[in-house]
Amino acid sequence: MAKYLILIYGSEQEWDAQTPEELAAKEAGHIAFSTAAGSGRLTGEELESVATATTLRASGAEPTVTDGPFMETKEALGGFYVVDAEDLDAAIRLARMLPELGEQYGAVEVRPIVDHG
Amino acid sequence: MPSTPPIEVAEAVARVHRDEWGRVLAATARVTRDLDLAEECTQDAFERALERWPADGIPRRPGAWLTTVAGNRARDVVRREAHGRRVLPMLVVEEDDPTPYAAPHPVHDDRLRLVFTCCHPSLAPEAQVALTLRFVCGLSTVDVARAFLVQESTMAARLTRAKKKIAAARIPYRVPGPDELPGRLGPVLDVVHLVYTTGHVAPTGEGLVRTDLVEVAVSMGRMLHQLLPRETAVTGLLALMLLGEARRDTRVGAAGDLVLLSEQDRSRWDHELIEEATTLVAEALSTGPPDRFVVEAAIAAVHAESPSWEQTDWDEIVGLYDVLQGLWPTPVVRLNRAVAVGFRNGPAVGLEALAPLLDDPSIATYPYVSAVRADLLRRLGAWDEAAVAYEEAITLTENEVERAFLQARLAETQGHNRA
Repeated sequence: MAKYLILIYGSEQEWDAQTPEELAAKEAGHIAFSTAAGSGRLTGEELESVATATTLRASGAEPTVTDGPFMETKEALGGFYVVDAEDLDAAIRLARMLPELGEQYGAVEVRPIVDHG
Repeated sequence: MPSTPPIEVAEAVARVHRDEWGRVLAATARVTRDLDLAEECTQDAFERALERWPADGIPRRPGAWLTTVAGNRARDVVRREAHGRRVLPMLVVEEDDPTPYAAPHPVHDDRLRLVFTCCHPSLAPEAQVALTLRFVCGLSTVDVARAFLVQESTMAARLTRAKKKIAAARIPYRVPGPDELPGRLGPVLDVVHLVYTTGHVAPTGEGLVRTDLVEVAVSMGRMLHQLLPRETAVTGLLALMLLGEARRDTRVGAAGDLVLLSEQDRSRWDHELIEEATTLVAEALSTGPPDRFVVEAAIAAVHAESPSWEQTDWDEIVGLYDVLQGLWPTPVVRLNRAVAVGFRNGPAVGLEALAPLLDDPSIATYPYVSAVRADLLRRLGAWDEAAVAYEEAITLTENEVERAFLQARLAETQGHNRA
């Protein structure tokens, strides 16, 4: 088994414009994801909008602190999961279920987590 | 025991290298669970063969001998490192997994696992090709680099990165199940097809054909067809490559010059290969919905079975291109369809079919667009325009044999200009 970070990207505009029905459908999608992952779902959270982000940047001795996300992109990081999966194929099978992939600008990134064990 | 002449040993090793490298490496990878180490042990086993076979004789089953030697060495290394500091992630190997594909006749072949690992969609296409040529086909890094026109160091770095990703992301060493297979087969066939087309018309250089790449692609096609006989796309791709092979020797003249299909000596085509391929095409057409490669092979088969250029069934060919366009709508297919239309309905209608492609930025630098246009204009007697199109095509092509052909055609049209 190996741990993977699943990063969910999407358009915040699209997220904000959702109808209650769309929101409910999305929630159902995440419940289905969690059910499929079972005990392999180690954690997962939804993030506040990028407007609330603060970025610290290396700049000599003291980092500079600025308002906003690390990168301004159309697809913003909106949430994440950490899962324990058999291999990359199993992690991809789970990631494929995420409802954000049904959106116009949705993308899901699967990153293996370094095993220091 | 009588000693075996070194030349015989060298030939035997070269032959086994070509035929068995992938099988030896794939079996060893199950022991090492590490592609790097499997590669090292396989290389090592071939070196041992060169040392031992002159005195011991060539074993009756050289592939089995190599697999045993590579496997033993792998077990030694793994044992030695077991209490060591190996913290690198391991290749995910399913122990004794009955490959889920094709339930009634499970496919147990390590090479197939290796192919699907090398062509995993999470690897970049150029990494997939590089890994396949290195691991499955046993080409050296230098040869792989040369085939794709990059520096050896660039190719070595690409391979290292890809191997690292396989281990770190835990790309499994497994044949995908039946539900995933159709999606996963696509990149595998694309890799084989790319290797084939790269060899069929070498992107640069003096010769038209790179025989080594073509042979590697055909032998992979045969292996895949043997292991996945019911996948029509595999059958189609193999047939397509065999039909190209059947005409290989007639595509180049005595002076190394390009010979067009219309001028090729059909009596010198390999009719046994053509028969094998057309049987495959018929088989693929009868088993499932048509696939891109099956239709392409069907088109090649119409040419191969036509007794002469004049008797080519252009109606059939244009019809097949229409089907192909539905399955795989790419500019290159439209270009080839325009060529067929030009032969069926004459060059003027061919030019009409070609017109929408001239402004397509995705093939703006594809030399065949200009070459096709030049030929249609030449056949119309529009010498001035034809000459300009030939000049364009000459600038764009990188293959010397093709360039020489186009230059001859340019000289011919310029001759008409002056007349």
